[in-house]
Amino acid sequence: MADKRVNWFKYAAPQTFYLLAGRAVPWFAIAAVVLTAAGLYLGLWAAPTDAQQGDAYRIIFVHVPAAWMSMVVYLAMAFWAAIGLIFNSRLSSMLANALAPTGAWMTFLALWTGALWGKPTWGAWWVWDARLTSELVLLFLYIGYMALHAAIDDARRADRSAALVAIVGVVNVPIIYFSVQWWNTLHQGASVSLTKAPSMAPPMLIGMLVMSLAFWMYCFAMALARVRTIILERERHTAWVRKTLAVA
Amino acid sequence: MNGSGWSDFLAMGGYGLYVWGSFGMCVLVLALEIGMLSARRRAALQPDDADVIDNTGVGA
Repeated sequence: MADKRVNWFKYAAPQTFYLLAGRAVPWFAIAAVVLTAAGLYLGLWAAPTDAQQGDAYRIIFVHVPAAWMSMVVYLAMAFWAAIGLIFNSRLSSMLANALAPTGAWMTFLALWTGALWGKPTWGAWWVWDARLTSELVLLFLYIGYMALHAAIDDARRADRSAALVAIVGVVNVPIIYFSVQWWNTLHQGASVSLTKAPSMAPPMLIGMLVMSLAFWMYCFAMALARVRTIILERERHTAWVRKTLAVA
Repeated sequence: MNGSGWSDFLAMGGYGLYVWGSFGMCVLVLALEIGMLSARRRAALQPDDADVIDNTGVGA
């Protein structure tokens, strides 16, 4: 049996992963483009105007996916940072590094689109509500992780220090997610969850799920494309990178 | 939406500024992120002379 097992550690070698990721990126990118086109059609055209919020509600088709991804990417980043810290595996730390900018952009988009939704709906661009504040803290965690990593010259030392920030910051993710239940927030509760039927009309729900899938695919494509660049930067001294660069 | 043409679509029932401000910022951010990454990749692919073993016969 043992000899039939896939040797997953093979893919932990940056050189192997570089090629694997290179083959995967175009597929994720194509999926992201196709799903975005479908999602935009559903969200901006096919879904009817909301009875209460008018067309302003259409912002959720980008707001909700961005907010979901801001948390999902953070969890993935902290996971890989922790694996890199525990097993001292370079590729894991590089993956954490590659995820951070994408997660930070997603967080920024969640905040930006939230402000543009809040103004017509609540009458305020921003309120210091638990959901909004914890999402802002998430943005600072991403920025802190990247700044700390950039401030330390030795890449492996930077990986370890930044990993601690990422891991400690994980506590903020459930705070964001459950903030609408734990505190009295202006932000509405979840319309979609795993435990109960969604409180949304089907065309709206489908549009939002398609857009969310599109954002997933985009984040995969970006993180994998970025990790390839990070591998090139960090493995410059190796023979295989030199060969790759010589050919390029 | 049952709008009668493009101007209704762009108006978004009076919420055009907010809706297009959101979708527009998303487009801008994606373009920025992709642009920054491709610049970073180009820089990483740039072989600095001292770094590369010359096994191609060109350069250095």
